[in-house]
Amino acid sequence: MKARVFVTLKPGVLDPQGKAIHHALEGLGFAGVNDVRAGKLIELDLADGTADADIEEMCRKLLANTVIENFRIERLQNA
Amino acid sequence: MKTAVIVFPGSNCDRDLAVALELVTGRKPAMVWHRDTDLPEGTDFIGLPGGFSYGDYLRSGAMAARSPIMRAVVDAAGRGVPVLGVCNGFQVLTEAGLLPGALMRNAGLNFVCRPVALTVENSQTMFTAGYSKGEEIRIPVAHHDGNFQADSDTLDQLEGDGRVAFRYAEEVNGSARGIAGILNDSGNVLGMMPHPERVIEAAHGGKDGVRLFEGLLEAVA
Repeated sequence: MKARVFVTLKPGVLDPQGKAIHHALEGLGFAGVNDVRAGKLIELDLADGTADADIEEMCRKLLANTVIENFRIERLQNA
Repeated sequence: MKTAVIVFPGSNCDRDLAVALELVTGRKPAMVWHRDTDLPEGTDFIGLPGGFSYGDYLRSGAMAARSPIMRAVVDAAGRGVPVLGVCNGFQVLTEAGLLPGALMRNAGLNFVCRPVALTVENSQTMFTAGYSKGEEIRIPVAHHDGNFQADSDTLDQLEGDGRVAFRYAEEVNGSARGIAGILNDSGNVLGMMPHPERVIEAAHGGKDGVRLFEGLLEAVA
């Protein structure tokens, strides 16, 4: 069973990396990019039957720093 | 004073910190490996050194904060043992929940490595007794992730309770309210991005760092 964890910066938290990517896109001539926020994608290969609560605990204890980051869990079907 | 320096894989200022502690206390600190589960009996100061523990994987300090020895460090901090985290050590302390906030990528995105001016905001702490309030000192920084951020309530509380130990006296990394070092609620845990252990003798170009260790020794002894 696989799950994906998306870790993103909370709204309002300064994202210097996103800003740099934004500037680079503008430098390449891409117009109309209003904002860029960078995050992380973590793929987990889990034992079948791993409970949602366990994955959430993994996120809270290590994968995300909830002071500055949000996380979203996506279970992959048939994976 | 019986001191201990925690060594993580990727720590690179552990020796510098050990030299500073030996200079001031006259005793070599115990170098404690991250996989150890206990601190030496009677440890009365713990240093978390700078470096790039676990290659800064996931987030700076994130993996180190979950290593076995950190349970003993958290317990000792709870008993009032002084804990100093420098640079990566500061990042580890926030990740371990011993200090509030987080240290993010520098606002300018560059690694900043130079001596910076700091203002001593509070000299009534066990770590800053060797300085005077409002004094400007020079201590080098060397970091990529030193941009201290916390929500405004937390920042107000840190400032209101005198828990901001040092502030940058110049723009360095975009830290909220120029914060360079903070204390925990009980005042026995200090995290700071600048490296006091790098300015302990005249040949370093200054001795402003040694006063932190001297003040601490006096406060603890």
